[in-house]
Amino acid sequence: MSVMGLFFIFVFSVAILWLARQGVMESPWLEEGEVAHYRRAAGTEPPPATKVALAIFLAVAGCLFSLLAAAFFMRGDAPDWQMPPIPGVLWFNTFLLAASSVALQVALVAARRSDVERVKTALLIGAATAGFFLIGQMWAWRELIELKFFASSNAANAFFYLLTGVHALHLIGGLVALARTTDKVRNAACVTKELTTSVELCAIYWHFLLFVWLLMFAMLIGWADGFGVICRRLLS
Amino acid sequence: MTDASVPQNVAPPPAEVEDVELYHAHSWITKYVFCQDAKVIAIQYAGTAITVGILALVLSWVIRLQLAFPGAIPFIDAQVYYQSVTMHGMIMVVYMLTAIFLGGFGNYLIPLMVGARDMVFPYVNMLSYWVYLIATLVLVASYFFPGGPTGAGWTLYPPQSILTGTPGHEWGIILMLVSLVLFIVGFTMGGLNYIVTVLQARTRGMTLMRMPLTVWGIFAAAVMALLAFPGLFVAGVMLLLDRTLGTSFFVPSIVELGEHKEYVGGSPILFQHLFWFFGHPEVYIVALPAFGIVSDLISVHARKNIFGYRMMVWAIIAIGVLSMVVWGHHMYVSGMDPWFGFFFAVTTLAIAVPTALKVYNWVLTLWHADIHFTTPMLFALGFLVTFVNGGITGLYLGNVIVDVPLSATLFVVAHFHMVMGIAPVLVIFGAIYHWFPKITGRMMDERLGKIHFWITFLGAYAIFFPMHYLGVLGMPRRFYEMGETAFVPASAATLNIVITIIALAVGFAQAIFFYNLFKSLKYGAPAGGNPWRAASLEWQTPETPPGHGNWGKQLPVVYRWPYAYSVPGAPEDYLPQNAPPVRGERSP
Repeated sequence: MSVMGLFFIFVFSVAILWLARQGVMESPWLEEGEVAHYRRAAGTEPPPATKVALAIFLAVAGCLFSLLAAAFFMRGDAPDWQMPPIPGVLWFNTFLLAASSVALQVALVAARRSDVERVKTALLIGAATAGFFLIGQMWAWRELIELKFFASSNAANAFFYLLTGVHALHLIGGLVALARTTDKVRNAACVTKELTTSVELCAIYWHFLLFVWLLMFAMLIGWADGFGVICRRLLS
Repeated sequence: MTDASVPQNVAPPPAEVEDVELYHAHSWITKYVFCQDAKVIAIQYAGTAITVGILALVLSWVIRLQLAFPGAIPFIDAQVYYQSVTMHGMIMVVYMLTAIFLGGFGNYLIPLMVGARDMVFPYVNMLSYWVYLIATLVLVASYFFPGGPTGAGWTLYPPQSILTGTPGHEWGIILMLVSLVLFIVGFTMGGLNYIVTVLQARTRGMTLMRMPLTVWGIFAAAVMALLAFPGLFVAGVMLLLDRTLGTSFFVPSIVELGEHKEYVGGSPILFQHLFWFFGHPEVYIVALPAFGIVSDLISVHARKNIFGYRMMVWAIIAIGVLSMVVWGHHMYVSGMDPWFGFFFAVTTLAIAVPTALKVYNWVLTLWHADIHFTTPMLFALGFLVTFVNGGITGLYLGNVIVDVPLSATLFVVAHFHMVMGIAPVLVIFGAIYHWFPKITGRMMDERLGKIHFWITFLGAYAIFFPMHYLGVLGMPRRFYEMGETAFVPASAATLNIVITIIALAVGFAQAIFFYNLFKSLKYGAPAGGNPWRAASLEWQTPETPPGHGNWGKQLPVVYRWPYAYSVPGAPEDYLPQNAPPVRGERSP
C-alpha cells in the first residue's frame, strides 16, 4: 500500500501542478472573448495527441505495476513465502533491455538529425535486443520450471511468473508499435516529423519498461526487502 | 468586466478549418455497425448498456420475489437466487452504469461540447466498443455453461468464489473474470480517448474553465477509472490464476468437501484490498458524470448560471482525489487495525465536504431561478433529493462504530441503491429526455415523461426507504431465506411483500419510457436545433442531429463560459458560447 501511496503522490502532484497551470483559479464568468493568455506563444506547438495518450497510458501501466508490487509486498508477509533462486540469465537480460533502451535513444537522436540510415540500424538493434530479452526471460522461466519451482508450489514463484509475464506482455505490445515504426522508416527517404514522433514514443515507452524492470528485478532478487519491512512497519 | 486585452468590438478571426483526416463511411456496415463516428459508438454503447441493464432489472425481480415469498416460486432455488444477486450487482455497476455514462454520454457529448469533430483516436474508440460488447457477451454466455453464472456475490471474495458450493464455481467464475479483464481492456482504450480529446481537441477559446460541468465530470471520472480499474485487473488476473493454475495468491490452506486442497498461505484480505481499491472509486466514476450532467440540466432548465462554477470544478477534482484513498471503509469488519479504520473513516467523512458543497451550489442555483418543470428538470430535482438522502446514510456507514452493527444488513443495500443506483439512473433518464432532441431532432413526449418520472421517483422511494428500517432491525442482506429468526418480527415479512410488489410495478412502468422513446423517434414533435435555449456548444451545431464531423466547414470559436443565462440586455435570455461578443454587452 505504501507503493500505491508513493505512486499516487507522484501522479496527483503532476496532475495538480498541471491543473494549476491551466487556469483553474480563473473566474470564467468574468471573461469574455478569446482569453488572451491561453493563446500559445508563437512557434510553440501543442504536443502531438499520441504523445499525450502515451503519457496517460504510462500512468495506467504504472498504476498496474505499482499494484502488483503492493500485492507482492503484502503477500510476502506470510510465513509460507519462499523466493525461488534467481536464474543468472536475468542479469544478462537486464543488460539486453538496457542496451535496447540505449539503441532507441540513439535512434531518436538520429531521427532528430534526419539521419535515416542510422535510425534504421538503431531501430533494428533495439528490436533485436528486446527480442533477445524476451527469449532470455523465457529461458529463465524454463530454468525455474526444470528446477520444479512451479507457480502452484509457492506464491513467490507465482509472483515471479506473474511479474515477469505482465512485463513481457507490455514489451510485446511495444514491439508491435516498434515494428510499425520500423516499417515506416524502411520506406521513408527522409525523416518526417511524424516519423520522429513515432520513434520518440517508442523510446519513451522503452525507458519506462526498463525502469519498471529495474525496480521489479530489485524486488525479485531481494534488494527491496528493506522497503517491504519499512512498509510493514509503517502500516502496523 | 471583460478581459481587457481583447478589443470588444472586433471578433477574433474564425478558427482555421482543421485539416484532419475524417473517417468516411463507405457502406452500411461501416456507417452503422463498425463505425468510427463517436456519435454512433455512443448510441451502440448506450443501447448495449440499456439492454444488459434490462436483464439486470429482471434479475432484481428474481431477488425480490424470493425475499417476499421464500420458496414459493418454483424456479427460484438458492443457486438461482445467488446467481441473480451476483449478476444483478455486477451488470448494474460495471456493464450498465459505467458503460452508459462514459461510453454513452462521454462519446456523444465530449466532442460536441468541446467543439471537436470527433474523438482523437476514432479507430481505438470503435475497438473499445467492440471489446466491451465481447465482454458483455462472455458474461451473459456464462448462463449457458454447465453450472451457470457465478453466485459469489459481485465482490467475488475468495476463497468462496472459486470453491465447490458456490454456484458457478466450474465455469461461471472463470467467464466472469475473463469478461471483467476484457471490459477493463476495452475501457482503457475508451478512457484514453476521452481524456486526450478533452486535453487536445478543444476548439479555439474553449479553455478548461469554459467546459460545461458535464465534460468536467466525465473527464475526472475517466481519469479515476483509468487509475482504479487496474486494481480490479490485478485482482481478476490473480484470482483467475488461483482458480485455473492452482496458485495461492488469495486462497489459504483450506479443506473442501473433506479434501485438503493444495492451496497454502494465500491472503483473502489482499483480494479485498485490491478489489475495493477499484470498488470505491467506481462509485464516484458513476457519480461524477452524474454530478456534471445534473449541473447542466439544472442550469439550463432554471435559466440561471450555475452557482459557484469554479467551486464545482474544484469539488469534482477533490472528490476524485479523495475517493482513491477511502477504499478501506468497505473492510471495517475484515479485522483490520483500528488505526486503519480511523484513517479511512476520516477520509470517508472528508468526502462529504466537497460533496455537500456541490449540493449547496445546486440548491443555490435554484434559488430565485426561473425554474421550468420540464421532464429533465424533474429528474434532476429527483436526483438532488435522492442523492442527499443516500449521502446522509453514507455518513452513518462511514463511521466505524455505526458501520459494524449495520454491516451486511439491508441498511447498506438501501444506502448504496439510493446513492449510486437510483440517483445516477434518474440522471440517465433526465439526460436522455434532455439530449434526445439533439440526438434525433425530435422532442420526447412531455406528458408521458412526467408520468414516468413520478412513478419512478416515488416508486424508488417506496422500494428503498423501508429497507433502511429492515436494516436497522438487523435483517441481513444476501440471505436466501430467513427461516425462524427471533429478532425479525412478522411485520418485516409483510414489508418485504409490499416492497416486492412495488418493485415489480416500477420495473414494468419503465415500459412507458421505452414506448415514449420509440414513439418519439418517429412521431415526436420536430425539435429544431436548440429546443431548450441552451448556451453550451452542443446545441449550436449547424445540423440537428449533428452531421458527420459535427461542425460543417468551420470549427466554432468560443467566447464565453457555457452558463450565460438570463443575461441582462441580451437579445434572448441566454448567450450561446460561440456568439461573438457585442460592444457594451455585460457578462452575466
